Amino acid sequence: MAIVHLPSGLAQFTGGVESVAIDAPRIADMLAELRRRFPQLADQLDDIAVAVDGDIYADPGYQPLRADSDVHLVPRIAGG
Amino acid sequence: MKLHIETTINGEPTEFLCDGHETLLSALRNGLGLTGTKEGCATGDCGACSVLLDGRLVPACLVLAPEAQGRSVTTIEGLATGDALHPIQRVFLEDAALQCGICTPGFIIAAKALLDANPNPTEEQARFWLAGNLCRCTGYDKIIRAVLDAAAVMNEGAAV
Amino acid sequence: MSERTFDVVGTRPVRHDGVDKVTGRAAYGADANWPGMLHGALLRSPHAHARIVSIDTSAAEAMPGVKAVLVGAELPDTNASISLGEAAIELRDMSHSMLARTKVVYHGQAVAAVAATTLDIAKEAASKIVVTYDVLRPVLTVDEALAPGAPILHDDLVTKGAAIGPKTNTNLAARYEFKRGDLDAGFDAADVVVEREFRTPTVHQGYIEPHACIARCGEDGRAVVWATTQGPFVVRDASAAIAGLDPAHVKVVPSEIGGGFGGKIVVYLEPIALALSRKAHRPVKMVMTRDEVFRATGPTSGTKTHVKIGAKRDGTIVAAKVSLWYEAGAFRGSPVGAGAMCALAPYRIPNFFIEAHDVVVNKPKVAAYRAPGSPMAMFAVESVVDELARELKMDPIDLRLKNAVDEGDQAAYGPKFGPIGLKTLLRAAKTHPHWSAPLGPNQGRGFALGFWFNGGMNSAATVTLGADGSAAVVTGNPDIGGTRAAQAMMVAEELGIDVDRVRPSVGDTDTAGYTDVTGGSRVCFATGMAVINAAAEVREELKRRAAKIWNVSPDAVAWEKGRVIPPTGAKETKSGADAQPMSVAQVAAKMTHTGGPIVGRASLYAPMAGPGFGGHICDVEVDPETGRSRIVRYTALQDVGKAVHPSYVEGQMQGGAAQGIGWALNEEYVYNRDGVMENAGFLDYRMPVASDLPFIDTVIIEVANPLHPYGVRGVGEVPIVPPLGAVANAMRSATGVRFTQLPMSPPRVLEHIAAREAVAVGA
Repeated sequence: MAIVHLPSGLAQFTGGVESVAIDAPRIADMLAELRRRFPQLADQLDDIAVAVDGDIYADPGYQPLRADSDVHLVPRIAGG
Repeated sequence: MKLHIETTINGEPTEFLCDGHETLLSALRNGLGLTGTKEGCATGDCGACSVLLDGRLVPACLVLAPEAQGRSVTTIEGLATGDALHPIQRVFLEDAALQCGICTPGFIIAAKALLDANPNPTEEQARFWLAGNLCRCTGYDKIIRAVLDAAAVMNEGAAV
Repeated sequence: MSERTFDVVGTRPVRHDGVDKVTGRAAYGADANWPGMLHGALLRSPHAHARIVSIDTSAAEAMPGVKAVLVGAELPDTNASISLGEAAIELRDMSHSMLARTKVVYHGQAVAAVAATTLDIAKEAASKIVVTYDVLRPVLTVDEALAPGAPILHDDLVTKGAAIGPKTNTNLAARYEFKRGDLDAGFDAADVVVEREFRTPTVHQGYIEPHACIARCGEDGRAVVWATTQGPFVVRDASAAIAGLDPAHVKVVPSEIGGGFGGKIVVYLEPIALALSRKAHRPVKMVMTRDEVFRATGPTSGTKTHVKIGAKRDGTIVAAKVSLWYEAGAFRGSPVGAGAMCALAPYRIPNFFIEAHDVVVNKPKVAAYRAPGSPMAMFAVESVVDELARELKMDPIDLRLKNAVDEGDQAAYGPKFGPIGLKTLLRAAKTHPHWSAPLGPNQGRGFALGFWFNGGMNSAATVTLGADGSAAVVTGNPDIGGTRAAQAMMVAEELGIDVDRVRPSVGDTDTAGYTDVTGGSRVCFATGMAVINAAAEVREELKRRAAKIWNVSPDAVAWEKGRVIPPTGAKETKSGADAQPMSVAQVAAKMTHTGGPIVGRASLYAPMAGPGFGGHICDVEVDPETGRSRIVRYTALQDVGKAVHPSYVEGQMQGGAAQGIGWALNEEYVYNRDGVMENAGFLDYRMPVASDLPFIDTVIIEVANPLHPYGVRGVGEVPIVPPLGAVANAMRSATGVRFTQLPMSPPRVLEHIAAREAVAVGA
């Protein structure tokens, strides 16, 4: 199970839950599962980046997750 | 009606038409296709439009085009001779003294004016002379080093 | 990662585009002129906040020489969002910001555009357009914008994220929050607590080349745009959407770019030029004046930050609270999220709480500026850490070493760090001669850290081999800082050919594979990886061709520094003698006979995976009579992973340091009560000049980034972050005053020195 950590600011959309264990092969599946479990979170996920085992994906898509991946949701960052 | 101006640019007799209120910078860039001289501010504050007017360093944006009548203008396009870059141009390349390069023509012209007036400037003299040329990319470090290196190269050449 | 030795990487060849730049031949945005071209000019709002009641363009349209007039209502409205590289931007906001619809929300916002046969006619015609406004009160600071009863900029703005208070009828565009552990318990356990509030002003990237473009829209709806930009694909997609064209019919050709620093990732002129061209059936050239650049392009956020940090007597930091309010300008989207993530990035802190607020105000919509969001947040934190060091009587570098993150530690923003060079850097700073050099009268020394994630994202590259063994490499990244040189070096390294025989170029949106912007410190890293992979494909193909020539299996062919090596037993076809190794040129010469042209290509999406730390040491001398500060010595240290071309790496470190020094000491937008910028020119928007700075020493630290074949980390953005704290800490050391407001310009310095002396005298 990958552990997905949400920044504490999103906890208000999950009833206070900040870490979720999700079994998903890809980022997209993980996000879909999050939306399913926490419908109020859905809008906030439109603009999110996903870090998988330390690497941040500004455009989260179908990148694979491992069974023991450490996943963090972070705000999308722009460079200059 | 436009004014007819006869001048010398980079050693070549040149004529052009311009409005009375047009700047030398505009005449060079638009009328004459000499786009090596850049516009950064049009208020004389950035030095990107540096040219030599009768050998004197001026911002072309603060010179009216008609003022070029009967005088000689040197722009960046006039520095290399044939296949040979001017030593300042060559040293700027060797010392990696440019990043985006937009300020580079202005700096090279201003540096030429400096070394024409003072062939052996100190670091401080070079910095103050070039204080009228803005660069946002380099922090001036490699530019100043290049100017001092160019001075050394040119003095060596002169000594021989 | 094993120590690879390089032949080309790490050397300092002269850049390939250099001669064009020192001779003035290189063509930047405003340097092109197309046949039949018209000139575009914009009419801009004289009010910072107002409803547009009516626009009458008839006088302009009647002027001889005027070929097209455009107002915002003629542009399509779009709710689409394109990926601007690393962040999603609401296209609608971008469109409204560049040409107002029913409301103006910052002074200088464009309300109408004119294309005419000369620039003078276009400007005069624009001035004849009559606009009636219903003027509203502007809000100019986060405090004003969030005060009860404040004028609301956008009726439909809904706060994103966790809001405290109403989420509608507000100027609070977003709120983010990060927390770890138990903040109250953490502060209870602290022996020393330091708390300060900081303010930083609106500052501009200050690129010397103003925005410029030429757009030509044909009768068939196909368009070409020439523009100075950090992102030609962004220009294509955004301009097409905003002007109502099909991006499939739009080509963007990037010019050389005269500085960007993030400010040329957004589009301002191109959609308008396209729309004017479509109406006028002629190309339209638009060039911003410096005044327009200041007033109407995105600077970066002015900010308010509140930092509280607690530590134990031995220097262990146990708790931190950071609150950030960043001005987004007139439309949502400040880099406050990144600021929140960078603020505590260098430190292992068990208990923290970070809240970040994105606030709209009546100023131009902010755009990215080199490590967007990080400098302001880290200025505040690094100032407080410096105060903590004073209270603890600890060396400021030692305090940081004690709490520094390392590989395997969890970053404040969530993920764990891979190999990073922070501790190496801190140790190098501590032992650097600058750190222990003696100081003179009125001088002080400061140190501060900086951090940036460094981007990845989409990149593509093609490497084409010539029959003479030379190579061409094409990418879609405009070259701001020397990346063409680095790309040529990579190809030379991978193919074992002379770097001089590689021709690097920047393609347009048709000839280059889709590539995200030049920015985010990602070109050498991500596009570089694509270049390396494309060159590797060429190398593999060369081995396959050699195998054909020698009639052996491709697996049996070896490669060694620019040569293919035959297996033992292989024979020359003609002579029957033992086969000899062949150079790239020799194999390339036979390409027609062995299968045709040799082209390598690669494309990839790289994650942000090479975080970078920088640390700067600054000595400042303050004149107590004039308040003027002089940087007398400056050393920039940074972990860059691997320096491909050290001169351009040094250049990035020095340039970033200079921008940060300007931000710390002199730069600020000065606004009057009506929201009008009073110093919109280079004379009074005071950026550092050559006489303000000493030589900037650089120390390149290389802790390899495992994700990149050479170990490259992004380098360009980190160096603007440390200077704000380093200069402020140096000023503290020199004057005894903890400056919490930037810039530390002479009037402010004098005011604080006088106040401190008044207190001392009074006591």
